[in-house]
Amino acid sequence: MSEPIAETAAVPLKRLLQRAERMKKLRYGALIAPLAVFLLLTFLWPIAALLLKSVDNPEVAAALPQTVHQLSGWPGKELPHEGAYAALVSDLSLGKGSKTLAEAAKRLNMEEPGLRSLLMNTARKLPLASDAGPRESLVAMDERWGELCTWQLIARNASQKTDYYLLAALDLTRDASGEISRGEQGDSVFTEIFGRTIWMSFVVTVYCLLLGFPLAYLLASLSKRSSNLLMVFVLLPFWTSILVRVAAWIVLLQQGGLINHVLIALGITDEPLQLVFNRVGVYVAMVHILLPFMVLPLYSVMKGISPTYMRAAMSLGCPPFKSFWKVYFPMTVPGIAAGGLLVFILSMGYYITPALLGSPKEQMVSYFVAFYTNETTNWGMAAALSALLLAATLLLYVVYNRLVGSATNGAPQR
Amino acid sequence: MIQLKSLNKLAAIAAALSVAGAAQAADLTVISFGGTNQKAQVKAYYEPFMRSTGIKIIPGEYNGEQAKIKAMVEAGNVSWDVVELESPEMARGCEEGLYEKLDYSKIGNKKDFLPAAVNECGIGFFVWSTVLAYNADKLKQAPTSWSDFWDMKKFPGKRGMRKGAKFTLEFALMADGVAPADVYKVLATKAGVDRAFKKLDQIKPHIQWWEAGAQPPQLLAAGDVVMSSAYNGRIATAQKEGRNLKIVWTGNIYDVESYGIPKGAAKREEAYKFLATLVKPENQVVFSGEIPYGPTNVKANPQISAAIAAELPTSASNIKTAVASNTMFWVEHGEDLEQRFNAWAAR
Amino acid sequence: MLPPYASLPEKLWYYGFRVFCGLVLLFLVLPVLVIIPLSFNSDSILMYPMSGFSLRWYEEFFYSEVWTHALKNSLIVSPFATLLAMALGTPAAIGLTRIDFPGKALLMAVLISPMVVPVVIVGVATYLVFAPIGLSGSYLGLIMVHAALGVPFVVTTVCATLQGFDYNLVRAATSLGASPLTAFFRVTLPLVAPGVISGGLFAFGTSFDEVVVTLFLAGPQQTTLPRQMFAGIRENISPTIAAVATILTVISVLMLLTLEWLRGRNERLRTAVAE
Repeated sequence: MSEPIAETAAVPLKRLLQRAERMKKLRYGALIAPLAVFLLLTFLWPIAALLLKSVDNPEVAAALPQTVHQLSGWPGKELPHEGAYAALVSDLSLGKGSKTLAEAAKRLNMEEPGLRSLLMNTARKLPLASDAGPRESLVAMDERWGELCTWQLIARNASQKTDYYLLAALDLTRDASGEISRGEQGDSVFTEIFGRTIWMSFVVTVYCLLLGFPLAYLLASLSKRSSNLLMVFVLLPFWTSILVRVAAWIVLLQQGGLINHVLIALGITDEPLQLVFNRVGVYVAMVHILLPFMVLPLYSVMKGISPTYMRAAMSLGCPPFKSFWKVYFPMTVPGIAAGGLLVFILSMGYYITPALLGSPKEQMVSYFVAFYTNETTNWGMAAALSALLLAATLLLYVVYNRLVGSATNGAPQR
Repeated sequence: MIQLKSLNKLAAIAAALSVAGAAQAADLTVISFGGTNQKAQVKAYYEPFMRSTGIKIIPGEYNGEQAKIKAMVEAGNVSWDVVELESPEMARGCEEGLYEKLDYSKIGNKKDFLPAAVNECGIGFFVWSTVLAYNADKLKQAPTSWSDFWDMKKFPGKRGMRKGAKFTLEFALMADGVAPADVYKVLATKAGVDRAFKKLDQIKPHIQWWEAGAQPPQLLAAGDVVMSSAYNGRIATAQKEGRNLKIVWTGNIYDVESYGIPKGAAKREEAYKFLATLVKPENQVVFSGEIPYGPTNVKANPQISAAIAAELPTSASNIKTAVASNTMFWVEHGEDLEQRFNAWAAR
Repeated sequence: MLPPYASLPEKLWYYGFRVFCGLVLLFLVLPVLVIIPLSFNSDSILMYPMSGFSLRWYEEFFYSEVWTHALKNSLIVSPFATLLAMALGTPAAIGLTRIDFPGKALLMAVLISPMVVPVVIVGVATYLVFAPIGLSGSYLGLIMVHAALGVPFVVTTVCATLQGFDYNLVRAATSLGASPLTAFFRVTLPLVAPGVISGGLFAFGTSFDEVVVTLFLAGPQQTTLPRQMFAGIRENISPTIAAVATILTVISVLMLLTLEWLRGRNERLRTAVAE
């Protein structure tokens, strides 16, 4: 500081400090900004856009603008007036052979199978040949144009936003009159899929805990040298590619695989057991992949528990098991919670392992997101399922963050 | 600022990378279904094409999902130049504007082709069939129909079926006694679809689902399943490798396989040259020799040896009890039936 | 340790516990090891017992255009994604440990979230948004998303390293006349380097093993090694897959060893600084 003290004294010290603090914040804030912007562009924005797709409904309004206009304010109690039919004829003739019309047809077909061909065929047959009014001609062409529910469906999809996908993801539909109701028995599947996702994640978490807790306890009670050595056993699979491990489990668990050989040699079974491409295979591989995520947080918590507590309890006459249960175990609960939640959260989003090691009965929500995206190109449905899965995951993540305290503890534990 | 500098550097490198991608502009990206089918295509079509035009082919594979194509076309950034398509996808994509309307003057003489091979957005280049295949080492008695496929008492053991509604529902109906000619009429009704699913329920616990055409011969050879629906060409290839697999032609479903050009593909002229290569009779003869799928150019037929001709889906005896895949039915019902099937299979 | 006067149940418990832990460790390591010998099997069936020693599957790997292309792509995408994640994550972590502001916890949670958001969602979302702007089916798009998935690892490890970092060292350097840049490169960076590198290793591991986003975002030109493996496992697990798996396992062992070495070095450095 070269300036004379008298000059600085003119500005109150407090303000100087504040300014310095502000400069510091700006400087370090500038260090954070590039990453924040990067994640905003490559991560947050795409996800937000995907979520918006779950309520997006542009198809019908784009393909049938005049019809939609005519139907606004239509009470929907009886067939619409002649003007709506005329508008439909005009919309369909204009849209004949266009992509917009095909997409609207696909959109309506989702809610009422058969509407695709109704729209496409009607458009193909235009212009109307007879002199009869558009209503009469359309109904003569296909009686569905004389049915109230066809028109209700079009009117319902006139708006740019829809709750159809989100409701469908919860196995709900709107019936012709617009009331929300449970879908048909044959169609309701997603409650079951969500239930299955949660159940399978739970089972995997429990197995991880049952296998991971003793192992972490052993690692924490050994000398540093031996625990470091054994830790390599935990970390090696952690670093091995998931696909390598999936391939390995197929080799081990298949009909003529090593495990079946051993089981037959031991006389446990006479015939090879089905251990893969079913629930067993998926559980085994998922537990294998996620076990390190349970062991590592448990280990770091147990490492911080001084052995003197247990010794004190035992020296006071408490039997070993009781002192473990009453003294040691409660102190490991934060580790159990952190590891358990982490494993649970990660399990919920699993896709690769069930896809490669499971049958259709093992597929979880992620599979259906991929299915709707790739195979039926129904992006609204994929988005709606994503939204629900994401909401569940983030909810658990918030709990996890609360539990673990600062997010830094959520770091890879080494 | 350091990180800005390194960012600039990264951006420069990334730019260089994308230029490197663009530098291979002369290459033609050809997407097919992979496996032995692709291998046969390489021999019969890719190699003659590369020899005669000097254009390099970048082969890619997919399982028929239209999502990528839709996204590329909508983005106006189409990196696939020609794509192998099954008929319903081609027809649906054509309606939705995903594929170029073909200019047949650049491909060949329409009169030379099977009528079913000539489509607005795709040119059929072979006839394939989904058949019942079985492992003759594992079954003492030979199955003869789809009813036998459902008969768990007479033929115990797992079954393989394609994980999808298409053809699976048809097979179920045939097993339930529906005549081949009536299959699509029945399936067009709600009751017919319910009937098919109900029939599938009977053997659901015994089914091992497959997705890629390469899987059924492996599943059969390894003894994981004793019978499976399968593409006839894949089974024939496995037979050549010495596997004792057999085909039941009764109630097979055949279809034409096509190539189409995604709308807005950059290398349209080269793509047309590729399509023209596909329909040359001499190339189709080579193809049928590699994998027994039938030619779509009628001029190829006389040049095919009798031994190979007997294995083709188009041979007189094989086509007798066959069902022609109903493209319009699957265009109309494909999406909701696939979704219903998927929900059913997951339960 | 077990005292010599331990009773029978205590002994049983002691050994039972160890045997159980041994089995769990076996469960963890066996699958990784079991596939390695099979890659040297001369037979084309992926089953024990092996019929003879052969390197033909490695030959198949290195002579197959599909696999070498995939390897090349992995070696393009993963290093760049790692560098990008490190370049963005390191300064951010320094900034985050140095200042406090409202909403910091939230920002931190957001920066870490790529780790917990289901990858399928990331894959579908980036694919739908990147395709219209020409970033799907490009190396750049893939690198960017892989970097985003790797960033949390860099941020958290560097943050963790910085928590023990004594900023008086930087202050001392600047007061002795070093410019902030010099101070960063000569003082901060060497001390933080292990954190940055191990974060980078995690980011590399994430990208090098990433299938799902690649499944959606990559075109045939960008097929990576895991993507090719996914296709291979789905169709037919051939011994070539075992060969690839072995190569990948060797790479992961190398990464693990590097990380352990770094950790040791970091601990030594820290104790040296503390003294």
